[in-house]
Amino acid sequence: MDLLWQPLVLSIQLAGITTIVLIVVATPIAWWLSQTRSNWKPLVQTTVALPIVLPPTVLGFYLLVVLGPAGPLGSWWVELTGSALTFSFTGLVIASCIYSLPFAVQPLTSAFETLGKQKLEAAWTLGASRMDAFFSVAVPLSIRGYLAAVVLSFAHTLGEFGVVLMVGGNIPGETRVVSIAIYDQVESLNYAAAHQLSAVLLVVAFVALLSMFLVNRRWRQ
Amino acid sequence: MINLHYKLQRAEFLLDVNLDLPMKGITGLFGVSGAGKTSLLRCIAGLEQPTAGKLIVAGDVWDDSDTNTARSVRQRNVGYVFQEPRLFEHLSVRANIEYGQKRRKSNGAASLDHVVGLLGLENLLPRHVAELSGGEAQRVAIARALLCAPRFVLMDEPLASLDQSRRDEILPFLDRLHAEAEIPIIYVSHNIDEVCRLCDHLVVIDEGCVAGDGELQDVLVRMDIPALDGDHAGSVIEGRAGQYDANDELTRLEFSGGDLWVPGRAAADGSSLRLRIRASDVSLCRKRPEQSTILNILPAEVEALQHGDGPSMLVRLVLGDDRVLARVTKRSIRELHLQPGDKVFAQIKSVAVRASFTAG
Repeated sequence: MDLLWQPLVLSIQLAGITTIVLIVVATPIAWWLSQTRSNWKPLVQTTVALPIVLPPTVLGFYLLVVLGPAGPLGSWWVELTGSALTFSFTGLVIASCIYSLPFAVQPLTSAFETLGKQKLEAAWTLGASRMDAFFSVAVPLSIRGYLAAVVLSFAHTLGEFGVVLMVGGNIPGETRVVSIAIYDQVESLNYAAAHQLSAVLLVVAFVALLSMFLVNRRWRQ
Repeated sequence: MINLHYKLQRAEFLLDVNLDLPMKGITGLFGVSGAGKTSLLRCIAGLEQPTAGKLIVAGDVWDDSDTNTARSVRQRNVGYVFQEPRLFEHLSVRANIEYGQKRRKSNGAASLDHVVGLLGLENLLPRHVAELSGGEAQRVAIARALLCAPRFVLMDEPLASLDQSRRDEILPFLDRLHAEAEIPIIYVSHNIDEVCRLCDHLVVIDEGCVAGDGELQDVLVRMDIPALDGDHAGSVIEGRAGQYDANDELTRLEFSGGDLWVPGRAAADGSSLRLRIRASDVSLCRKRPEQSTILNILPAEVEALQHGDGPSMLVRLVLGDDRVLARVTKRSIRELHLQPGDKVFAQIKSVAVRASFTAG
């Protein structure tokens, strides 16, 4: 029982932590993208969107190089902690954040763009600092964008396969997430276990998306 | 006193405005759409970066491009009422009104209860912003701006986005604000009726420049400001409501030049009134006409004639201490040999009561 469900728990942990990190990281990127007139904007947009079109194995390969003990980030990490980033849970979180970044940045950017400057100007004239106006006006008025960002990042991280396989491998309790476990079970012709895990994943994804659309509909009314 | 000098390059023209505005009453910034009024207001609030500028409010330097001083929007302490209400939809009406009050705790701040009463918002406080009508939302926006402890309030065509019936719903509240609130207001409008009703001081902006600036009554009768010609030409006089004739359903209004009768019950006895007389509603006679259907015929003296193109011209009349404009054809001027200093009779076809203030 434990061995069957452990990958699912690990996946939910990974998706949860990744989502939290992404909301924090994606907010300033999305805000910058929505406000800037800089010539760098298309370049940043492209970089952020790249994981959508890039084969996960390509992304995984580069991450393996960068995060590996000989890579720039990986060697620094080894010096700092004594352990490698690759084939570890922390490495998976970093990889997932990069892999799912566009799914957090894009809904937030479009929410901030829709919001426009008007309400913020009103807040400034009422004595709010830029930061205060952002948190007291822009964030709550972009709540639908945040909901979409959370649901999409979570669901997308939950389903990742290629990147995890490349960066994390298949270590039980550390990097064997549910998508890898399903693949394993199918490989060893254990269809019953594969069915159970797949069904749970299907239901989780369905419920997450459904609740997002339902909440959106309620807010619109 | 607000001393300002702003230069701002716009697509069509250079906004170049140099003004000294009083720190009391309502100052109207009047001009056609696109004349640069909103840009000027945004410069004052710090929302727009001027090419060059200086803004001194009661001795405090808020903006000076020579010394690179520029206070942030937050540090300027001005209330701003935009064309659209720009309320925060995630907050209740009360939380919207309190948004500025919480952030600027000033001793001089008007109390919430007072402002809520002034704008008639008592029943709206617990409501959600989405449930408000356009007029209600704009009243909430005005209350919100008044309660952020501002040195003065900027209003950028607050009624422009509303239909006529919504405007009529808000105007009485603005009259009350004018009569009761001590806070100076700079009011941008392209509607001469609104300006005549609400303002004490008038600045006319035309293609980015100041075309006229002074007391409302004085600027209106200058006759040399193109933006105040045509349909906009007219004058404003202050008067007092006299007795009501219940038989004929007419109210007598007293002003320095005599009495005027207006239909209906205009205001309570003795209350101060502001009257607007359009130039096209005034005609002139050498002798007092007898047996005329026009009720209001008053002796007047011609003070000045307008010089300009077109078939008609404006004539400035003195009635008592007040000045009234009349629009007359050039042919009539010639045939009546009208000259400055002539005694005439002004026939006033209609008078609009624009605002009433409580006596004293």
